[in-house]
Amino acid sequence: MSVYINADTKVIVQGITGETALFHTKQMLEYGTKIVAGVTPGKGGQVIEGVPVFNTVEDAVKVTGANVSVIYVPAPFAADAIMEAVDADLDLTICITEHIPVLDMVKVKRYMEGKKTRLVGPNCPGVISADECKIGIMPGYIHTKGHVGVVSRSGTLTYEAVHQLTQAGIGQTTAVGIGGDPVNGTNFIDVLQEFNNDPETYAVVMIGEIGGTAEEEAAEWIKANMTKPVVGFIGGQTAPPGKRMGHAGAIISGGKGTAKDKIKAMNDAGIEVAPTPSVIGETLIKVIKEKGLYEQCKTH
Amino acid sequence: MNIHEYQGKEILRKYGVSVPNGKVAFSPEEAVKVAKELGSNVIVVKAQIHAGGRGKAGGVKIAKNLEEVRTYAKELLGKILVTHQTGPEGKEVKRLYIEEGSDIKKEYYLSFVLDRATSRVTLMGSEEGGMDIEEVAEHSPEKIFKEVIDPVSGLLPFQARRMAFSMNIPAKLVNKAAKLMLGLYEAFVTKDASILEINPLVVTGSEEVVALDAKFNFDGNGLYRHKDIVELRDYDEEDPKEIEASKYDLSYISLDGNIGCMVNGAGLAMATMDTISYYGGKPANFLDVGGGATAEKVTEAFKIILSDPNVKGIFVNIFGGIMKCDVIAEGVITAAKEVGLKVPLVVRLEGTNVGLGKELLNASGLNIVAADSMADGAEKIVELVG
Repeated sequence: MSVYINADTKVIVQGITGETALFHTKQMLEYGTKIVAGVTPGKGGQVIEGVPVFNTVEDAVKVTGANVSVIYVPAPFAADAIMEAVDADLDLTICITEHIPVLDMVKVKRYMEGKKTRLVGPNCPGVISADECKIGIMPGYIHTKGHVGVVSRSGTLTYEAVHQLTQAGIGQTTAVGIGGDPVNGTNFIDVLQEFNNDPETYAVVMIGEIGGTAEEEAAEWIKANMTKPVVGFIGGQTAPPGKRMGHAGAIISGGKGTAKDKIKAMNDAGIEVAPTPSVIGETLIKVIKEKGLYEQCKTH
Repeated sequence: MNIHEYQGKEILRKYGVSVPNGKVAFSPEEAVKVAKELGSNVIVVKAQIHAGGRGKAGGVKIAKNLEEVRTYAKELLGKILVTHQTGPEGKEVKRLYIEEGSDIKKEYYLSFVLDRATSRVTLMGSEEGGMDIEEVAEHSPEKIFKEVIDPVSGLLPFQARRMAFSMNIPAKLVNKAAKLMLGLYEAFVTKDASILEINPLVVTGSEEVVALDAKFNFDGNGLYRHKDIVELRDYDEEDPKEIEASKYDLSYISLDGNIGCMVNGAGLAMATMDTISYYGGKPANFLDVGGGATAEKVTEAFKIILSDPNVKGIFVNIFGGIMKCDVIAEGVITAAKEVGLKVPLVVRLEGTNVGLGKELLNASGLNIVAADSMADGAEKIVELVG
């Protein structure tokens, strides 16, 4: 089992004819992801890497029965691409594109109200259910199938955590990158809820960073609802206030969004927080040993 | 991206927001000329730097005649202003805003910001104007009011009026205040702003509602569709290394330590800084080379790090996803050979094409210390820098 995506997920690549999209389409196909269609307006009828290309998401869904899309469309057109996926009633759309103007995302969120589709991202590495389905840009080989869920605001830091888990013999169910933008589709709580309900997920790694209050809200939710152990890490503990650390969402402003506040909120909710990113894996192992879950989590 | 107060006010004028008359001046002579044109009894001479807290730091002067304007202009131009937002090194004043004096009856606070919790633009207002709003939020949060704005309808007149009434703006001036708020919102969304703060908004003796200050911050991701805003960028206000980095699409932030860092991904870059600090070192910068970096881009990044005289050692920490390790290695080697590597260099490579990357580094003949993990690398560079 896994969350959001699995071996049956049928995927559309929006913007498939772009250079980055093409590279990652190949990578995803190699991993075994069922990519059933591509969409690039005006290029319908072509076949790329054995994948048929359509002019609209609606057409692609009609012909292929796809239920998920991944977006590699350039930033000026990405908001429109998300809304097209939502209009086509997909279950899920994952937006990899970074640098989308935030007011475009405000409109997207408004457009999505009352609609069926879930959005993951933008500005995220994607979602991967180990050995089943990889949607995004993450290196596939570091993932192993297992029982730990990973949710993170940062791409490369997710790789770091997953790599540590795999090396320590701890596999993963699904790793979800929710993205580093201030306005995004899926937050920590959405993913934690899924992991909580997934019978195959026994423990969760949650990686946050400075800026906003998403980690504090998640900590509160975990305290009240989570039945599985969660360990965490917060990036940006030494970042100075007022400086935007790469991600549009990673900024301490008005005294809010500091790593200290987040770690305190997480500790208060019973979440063990790794002191450095290098010991995220170790910290998880320590906690699952304490809870008697280590043997079940160990990949044989 | 930030702009100066005078530039912000020029934008606001176009959206029908009332602001006092005034003009920018780059010299005392210009300041006097502008003051003469304004013909006001009281002239305000305001230092233009990209930081708040100018008043408290002595950057705003009230002149009663042209001679005083000249004196204050001479005093302020070239002065280093240190405010709570500039950092201890302060910022040099290179521009002045010469403005007619306002007959202030009462000061208020207004701002538009993006609220992450609701994913909406939010209008905030308070009758506690002229002060640091964070202090108001801490001591009397009940005095801050909010209106959440639906992006489809935009700020509605009734919301603006409700805000004006909540802020205790005199009843007969509520419509004027509401009109001003609608103008501000229009400017905010049209120009892709991320912050627009008016502190203070004032009610004058002649019963006008006027924006006495204007602090704009623009969403960097929206700048591609606002050439007019990009032109307002003042390079004097930015770190030269950050300007250089932005030319190559690198995300670089200057810090005050001595260990240069080159990392891919913002989260990993922050985590690398944290790890260096954990082992007792101090990072000299935040640098995310991004996912799609070429060897040329990596070379430029390396040169920017080396251009900082405080850098006593460099830590390259790469977890290749889209970023290939051999590309990083190639860039590092080229840069080190071009500019000469006189400080210790620790490299940790992991991920896509890691074997190839390591081979290139080994064959380069450069004095490179290899690290097995982020922690190992951080520990090594801290030790080498001493």
